[in-house]
Amino acid sequence: MRKVIITRLLRLVGTLFAVTFLTFSLTSFLPGDPVDAILGVQSTRDPVVVAQIRDDLGLDDPFLVRYVDWLGDALTGDLGQSYITDQEISQTIKDRLPVTAQLAVMAIAIALILAIPIGIIGAYKQSRWPDTVTSAGVQFALSVPNFITGIFLIWLFSVQLKWLPSSNWNRISDKGLAENLKTSIMPATALAMTQMAIFSRLIRSDMIATLQENYILAARSKGLNDRYILFRHALRPSSLSLMTIVGINFGALLGGTVVIETLFAVPGLGFRLINAISQRDILVIQGITVFIATMYVLINTVVDLLYTVIDPRIRKG
Amino acid sequence: MSTTDGAPHTPDFPSDRLSRVSTSVQIDAGTQGKPKRATPREVWRDMPVLVKIAATWLVFIVGLAIYAKLDTSVFDGKLPLQDPNLQTNNFNAATGEFGTGEPIEGPSADHWLGTDAIARDTFARIAHGAWVSLIVATVAAAFGIIVGGLMGSLVGFVRGKTETFIMSMIDVILAFPALILLLALVSILEVRSLALISVVIGFLSIPAYTRVARANSLAISNREFVMAARSIGTLPRKILFREIIPNVLPTLLAYAMVASAFVIVVEGSLSFLGLSVALPQSTWGNMINQARGDIKVDIWQVVWPSAALSMTVLSLNQVGDWFQKRSAVRGSAL
Repeated sequence: MRKVIITRLLRLVGTLFAVTFLTFSLTSFLPGDPVDAILGVQSTRDPVVVAQIRDDLGLDDPFLVRYVDWLGDALTGDLGQSYITDQEISQTIKDRLPVTAQLAVMAIAIALILAIPIGIIGAYKQSRWPDTVTSAGVQFALSVPNFITGIFLIWLFSVQLKWLPSSNWNRISDKGLAENLKTSIMPATALAMTQMAIFSRLIRSDMIATLQENYILAARSKGLNDRYILFRHALRPSSLSLMTIVGINFGALLGGTVVIETLFAVPGLGFRLINAISQRDILVIQGITVFIATMYVLINTVVDLLYTVIDPRIRKG
Repeated sequence: MSTTDGAPHTPDFPSDRLSRVSTSVQIDAGTQGKPKRATPREVWRDMPVLVKIAATWLVFIVGLAIYAKLDTSVFDGKLPLQDPNLQTNNFNAATGEFGTGEPIEGPSADHWLGTDAIARDTFARIAHGAWVSLIVATVAAAFGIIVGGLMGSLVGFVRGKTETFIMSMIDVILAFPALILLLALVSILEVRSLALISVVIGFLSIPAYTRVARANSLAISNREFVMAARSIGTLPRKILFREIIPNVLPTLLAYAMVASAFVIVVEGSLSFLGLSVALPQSTWGNMINQARGDIKVDIWQVVWPSAALSMTVLSLNQVGDWFQKRSAVRGSAL
């Protein structure tokens, strides 16, 4: 057990090194002079500013030195500052992470609320019409990209029914929960549909296998009713694999909200990243990419470890 | 062999029976032992109705894409398909008149799916957008199957340090959320041509294919026929190309269908963000993005490209899933 955890942590450190190195080298091998990218095509250039930028970026140092410097700063929470907005990148992340995280949590919650009953119906009524109908719906949800779902939600709820605003974001801290929900429910639902499809497929196939087990037969022969058996006996073994995929998908959603944030003009990490890309704001691209990738790796490791701790079969091995 | 050649006595066992046995085995191997390759007609006959519809849609989209490309590149716009970039209400210098088209029109005989916000023919734009999706998906699958398939089959077969090294590199690339790494890569491109976008997405497709190929190669390497090949001293290189890769390939092709569905969504998202192939080239994603500003007036210009994209993804998933199930059954019967 201890050995498993230590190997996993060592691997984590290795992966983090590799991930930061890759991100750093990507943005360092930008074609042309980074100073050009930062200053844009200005006709007049202040040599003092150019020298300042070169010094800030350490452009006159060898690549590895630059990497180590940057990594050392990053570890202390200093990711540099945007050359366009002059804002500290760590501050940008601090401001925007709660928004993206809220979206991701809401999306996962909505997905689970829908997926658990759908998956159970599919397994319980396997190959009969309720299963056929839900499976078709799930296939459909899996195939429609989230930005398309988002546009149709806007069309229905903002344009036709005029119930919800089509963009912008009210922070819970500014305007309270109710106002926040008005702006967050649509992007979260759009994100949730794909997740719902993934989760319910997993629950369905897992439960079909579980329902074949002898202990289900035993529970049935004791005369327990079907609903009790489904929720108390059959759902439990699936919760492990479900937890794993929920964890991994939560990590992926931190980066996967980019398109939906852009569509709904949600001031999260992804929207900022897209802005930075269109402005070629390199340090911001670098900072946000590294942050999201690091979170993703960390969450995956935590999920992995939890899985080891919870599942007795792996724990013993 | 050479030692027995010179021996004065052949060993006294019933050689005739032995030879008969071995020939009968060979006959079996020649006729029934080889897995029969299904003809396209047989594959079609086995498909459930829904999969047939999906496959038909895919053939239609591929045909449409190629037709659209032929129209502009070979026939110079003379085939019956409208110019995707012509604003049909524009002033025409040659005739001295304005075009008769209207922006955001409903379907008509001239414009089957109507026109977009600047009066361009939507059907033609969807056809040309199909070409982008087709190329991106094909290039990604080619990269994945050729590079990822070869690498995965190799490391699953030889194991050892090569495997550890290659798989840890793969793990690092997979440690990024896919879209974020793609965005970071695309953001450093100066020119966003179809070729470059395809190559970037293709490069990012390699890791997943490598994983699939490795898992299959591992399983196949432990099978009896590979052990048999090893025991008679077949060169490892020959085992890899004659035994392992032909058996990994069907699974990989089925996977390619599902992976292509994902690639098309990713390209769609990238286009939607305005970071894929540069305008005026139409892509399904950028058509949706351009039309979404007008949904207060008209939703249909969003519906058409969305339907094309979603139906293609749905069809690829359906056909891919079906092939995966089919090859799994065939694999277990081997």
